[in-house]
Amino acid sequence: MLTLNDYLLVSGLLFALGFAGVLFRRNLIVIFMALEMMLNAANLSLVAFARFNLVDGLPNYNGQMLVFFIITVAAAEVAVGLAIIVALYRARQTVHVEDISTLKF
Amino acid sequence: MSPIFFWLFSALMLGFGACVILNRNPVASALSLVVSFLGLAALFVGLDAYFIGVIQVLVYAGAVMVLFLFIIMLLDLRKERRRKIKPLVVLGGGAVVIAFVAQLGFILRNFPAGARTLEPLTGPFDDTKNIGFTLFSNYNLPFQAVGVLVLVATIGVVILSKRELK
Repeated sequence: MLTLNDYLLVSGLLFALGFAGVLFRRNLIVIFMALEMMLNAANLSLVAFARFNLVDGLPNYNGQMLVFFIITVAAAEVAVGLAIIVALYRARQTVHVEDISTLKF
Repeated sequence: MSPIFFWLFSALMLGFGACVILNRNPVASALSLVVSFLGLAALFVGLDAYFIGVIQVLVYAGAVMVLFLFIIMLLDLRKERRRKIKPLVVLGGGAVVIAFVAQLGFILRNFPAGARTLEPLTGPFDDTKNIGFTLFSNYNLPFQAVGVLVLVATIGVVILSKRELK
């Protein structure tokens, strides 16, 4: 039988993968994709919590509503973030984070 | 969902998720991410969240990833050339990730509610209808706020994409 822990473990591992991507990769677009993976890991655990916490024999829809809003906001975030990356590429001709070092101490 | 399918789709999701961060070609990364999201959508369906599963496929695997591929095409990104890897960065980052996974295992082992198993649904299960009712009754104001947010994001993208910022 599947338990809640199985879902939380898989979701945590997906989050760890996204986290590793943000830490290790140096390409802005790939870092952005890894961020999306982390958001989706959070979504998976929310849906799992909603399903395992039955209300009147139905999943707890509050959790699924939160996932709905996260997906909407993430879509808006991707649009704005990619527009910023394109603007950055126009200005500096690079999407490599080590070439962008104005804020470096 | 039968455990076999759960582990199958989890392995698909995690395996292609690993491909995203291991591939040096951004196009291959983006396509791996599409497959990873499809595996995640299958997990959602297995959790009886059909509506969320469908919008996961439509919004993420469809719209968002096409946007990513479009931008990669627009910037004409080549395969990254190898750069010198800084050992301190790899060591520090690896330590943080390993600490995170260890912490996760520790917490899950001491989490009593985590042993719950999937109970069958008994209520009148009509997923999209239930979500619609919840969305337009309890979550009406956040729903409209999100509408404004999407409008603002659209205008922001148009402004940002102008060639000359004034």
